[in-house]
Amino acid sequence: MDVFDTFLNMAVLKRSLPMLLDGLWLTLQLGAASIVAGLVLGLVVALLRLYAVAPVRILMRIYIDIFRSIPLLVLLIVVYYALPFVGLRLTAFVSAMTALTLVSGAYTAEIFRAGIEAIPNGQFEASAALGLSHRHTMFDVILPQAVRIVIPPLTNNSINVVKDTALASVVAMPDLLKQATQAQALAANPTPLIGAALIYLAFLWPLVLLVSYLERHFNSGRRR
Amino acid sequence: MSTVSIRALNKFYGTFQALRGIDLEIAKGEVVCVIGPSGSGKSTLIRCINRLEEFSRDSAILVDGIPVVAGRSLAKVRAEVGMVFQNFNLFPHLTVRENVMLAPRRVRGTSRAEAANHANALLARVGIAEQADKYPEKLSGGQQQRVAIARALAMEPQVLLFDEPTSALDPEMVGEVLDVMKALAGTGVTMIVVTHEMGFARQVADRVIFMDGGEVIETGPPEQVLGAPREQRTQNFLSAVLNH
Ligand SMILES: Nc1ncnc2c1ncn2[C@@H]1O[C@H](COP(=O)(O)OP(=O)(O)OP(=O)(O)O)[C@@H](O)[C@H]1O
Ligand SMILES: [Mg+2]
Repeated sequence: MDVFDTFLNMAVLKRSLPMLLDGLWLTLQLGAASIVAGLVLGLVVALLRLYAVAPVRILMRIYIDIFRSIPLLVLLIVVYYALPFVGLRLTAFVSAMTALTLVSGAYTAEIFRAGIEAIPNGQFEASAALGLSHRHTMFDVILPQAVRIVIPPLTNNSINVVKDTALASVVAMPDLLKQATQAQALAANPTPLIGAALIYLAFLWPLVLLVSYLERHFNSGRRR
Repeated sequence: MSTVSIRALNKFYGTFQALRGIDLEIAKGEVVCVIGPSGSGKSTLIRCINRLEEFSRDSAILVDGIPVVAGRSLAKVRAEVGMVFQNFNLFPHLTVRENVMLAPRRVRGTSRAEAANHANALLARVGIAEQADKYPEKLSGGQQQRVAIARALAMEPQVLLFDEPTSALDPEMVGEVLDVMKALAGTGVTMIVVTHEMGFARQVADRVIFMDGGEVIETGPPEQVLGAPREQRTQNFLSAVLNH
C-alpha cells in the first residue's frame, strides 16, 4: 500500500495530469518539428555529400562527423547558453529544435547516403541512357527505391529524436520531463515522474515494435 | 552523312588503354554486330557512344552530327540513342508501363495519356501488352528484356545500342528477344549490337566488326567476316566460339 501511495498515487497523478499533458504536447511538437527538419536537412546534406563539387563534399563530411561526435546535451547548452554571447538569443524551443535537428540531420544524411549507395549502378546507367536529368534520376528512379531501404533506420532515428527531446528540460523548456519534475516538486511525491515515464513508454514502445516490423517486412521484400 | 561517326577513339582506364584509335562510320539504318573475345573493349566502345564512359579529348564521336561531349548537348545525344543492357536494368519500383512512360514524360514532357498510349503500343509491338500493369520482378527474363527494348524505343531513338542483350537469359528465352530485334532491324533504326549470337549476326547484320585488344581487327559483311575471315585473330576467335 505504502509503495502505491508513494510511487503511484492516483490523487497526485490526477492532479498533475494536466501539466503532464501540456508537457507531452510540447514534447511531441518539438519531436515532430525536429524529425521533419532533420529529414530535409539530412537529404540535402546526403545529396551534397555525394554529388556536389569536392570542397562542398568535404564540408558535408565534416558537418556529418562533427554532429555525430558531439554529445547532444553539450550542443544544446552551447546553443542556448553560449550563443547569446555573440548576440544570438534563441528561445528554449528554438534552441532545442536547432540542436536536435543538427544532430538528427547528420545521422539522417548517413542513412540516406547508405540508401542511395545501395542502389545498383545499372539504375543510374539506365536513367542516364534514357536522357533523364540528374534531378529526375534522383527523384523518379533512385530515391523511391532508396526510401524503401532507409525507412527502418529512419524510423529508428526518429525514436531517438523523440527520446532526446527530454534533454530540452535542461534549457527550461516545459516539455514532458520538465513538467513532471515540477509536478513532483509541487506534490512532494514522485508519482508524476512515473507518470511521465509511462507516457514516454506508451508512445515509444509501439514505434520500437514498428521498426522491428519494418525491418522484417523490407528485408523479406528484398529477398523476394 | 553517317548517323554515328567515331574518330580516333581512345579510352583509358587509368593507365590501361581499353580502346586504341577506333575509327567507325555507321550509316543510318545500318545494323552492326560487334563481336570479339572477353575484354576486347566491345562494351566500352558502345558505352562511349552515349557517353556512359568518358573518353580521351583527342577523340571525337558524333551522333547525327551532334558531338558527344559533356554538357548540354549530351541530353540531345542521349535522347537520340537508346540502350539495352545485359541485365535489363528495369526500374523495379515502376510497373512495366511506367518503365516505358518515364523518359518520354520527363525528357520530352509528353502528357501522361499520350505516353501511356505510346507505351501500350510499344508493349504490344514487343509482344507483352498484357503484362503492362505488372512489376518487372513478376516477368521472365525474356519478357523483362523486351520491356527494356520497349523502354528504349519510347524515346524514338535514331540509334539503338545493345550490350549482349541475350547473355543473361535462359536459353529458351533467347529466341523471343532476338525475334524482337530482328523485327526492329527492318525499321530504319540504326542498331549496334554487341553479341555472341553468331546466328543472329549472320542473319541480320549488315556489317560485322571483330574487335580484339581494344582495336577493330576486321570489319565487313557477315558472310565475309564470319564465313571467310582474313585475319588470323578473327579465325582463332571464330573457331574457339564455334567449337565450344
Ligand atoms: N571500370 C573499369 N575500370 C578498369 N578497367 C576496366 C573497366 N571497365 C572495363 N575495363 C577493362 O577494359 C577492357 C575492356 O572491357 P570491356 O568491358 O569493354 O570488354 P568486353 O569486350 O565488353 O568484354 P566482355 O565480352 O567480357 O563483356 C577489359 O580489359 C576490362 O578489364
Ligand atoms: Mg562487355
